[in-house]
Amino acid sequence: MEPVINYLLLSGVLFSLGVLGVLMRRNAIVVFMSLELMFNAANLAFITFARMYSALDGQVFVFFVMAVAAAEVAVGLALMVAIFRSRRSIDMDQLNSMKG
Amino acid sequence: MVGELVFYMLAVAAVGTAIGMLASRNAVHSALFLAANFVTIALLYLNLGAPLIAFTQITVYAGAIMVLFLFVVMLLGGESLPVSPLVKNRRAIAGLLAVVLMAELVLVLLRQSSLLPGLDTASASFGAPREVGVLLFSRYVLPFEITSVILLAAMVGAIVLTKSDQTVSRLTPRLPKGNADGTGH
Repeated sequence: MEPVINYLLLSGVLFSLGVLGVLMRRNAIVVFMSLELMFNAANLAFITFARMYSALDGQVFVFFVMAVAAAEVAVGLALMVAIFRSRRSIDMDQLNSMKG
Repeated sequence: MVGELVFYMLAVAAVGTAIGMLASRNAVHSALFLAANFVTIALLYLNLGAPLIAFTQITVYAGAIMVLFLFVVMLLGGESLPVSPLVKNRRAIAGLLAVVLMAELVLVLLRQSSLLPGLDTASASFGAPREVGVLLFSRYVLPFEITSVILLAAMVGAIVLTKSDQTVSRLTPRLPKGNADGTGH
């Protein structure tokens, strides 16, 4: 009988590391990777709760989160390419004005 | 206990690859660390009785999404940030905030831990592709269809965003003479 708390603590630590990456890194691509890390931490919690309650709904939710994350990555990276074309940079610090 | 030993090894690997991703100077190294992290999380899913989700994780995340990331990293070049940062002491502030968040999460979870039941052995068919598929196409069929629309919208959006201005002007109908600059005055 494994304690559930281990998985939830791991999920919390991974989520905090993702937040750290979003706050700390200046490269927009690495910020995106940190977002993916946070998605994964949330998915891990979903799967843990699905196992805990013996309900498959959590796994189905993770399925949807993955699909939405894939869509988000496609649009986000396309935005990154478009921003790089107009600014020649993907430094988060230089993206501080809405005007192209 | 073999199960706990597996968990601790995977947990160390997951946290280690996450830290490696944050600490790498090179964006390609970050992407590879993230791929290793995805595979570790997939193994944790397998440990939690979710084989379908585990292998979807490997094909979708470690496969497709990582290729997309690496492609964009290669396209845009590595990290070259000569300009001085906008916020001073960014690392210290970010580290402090992340540590506070982590402490909050750990404290809240530990306070609730007595309410959480342990994981007993699941039934053999728990998380089998058939079970998940039946649920996906019965109770969650509407979200499933909406997801397909979201993916279509994302595909169209990505194509429109990355299309160069030249292609756009070639595809749009020509304006009448004398108004060719498109300002309308």
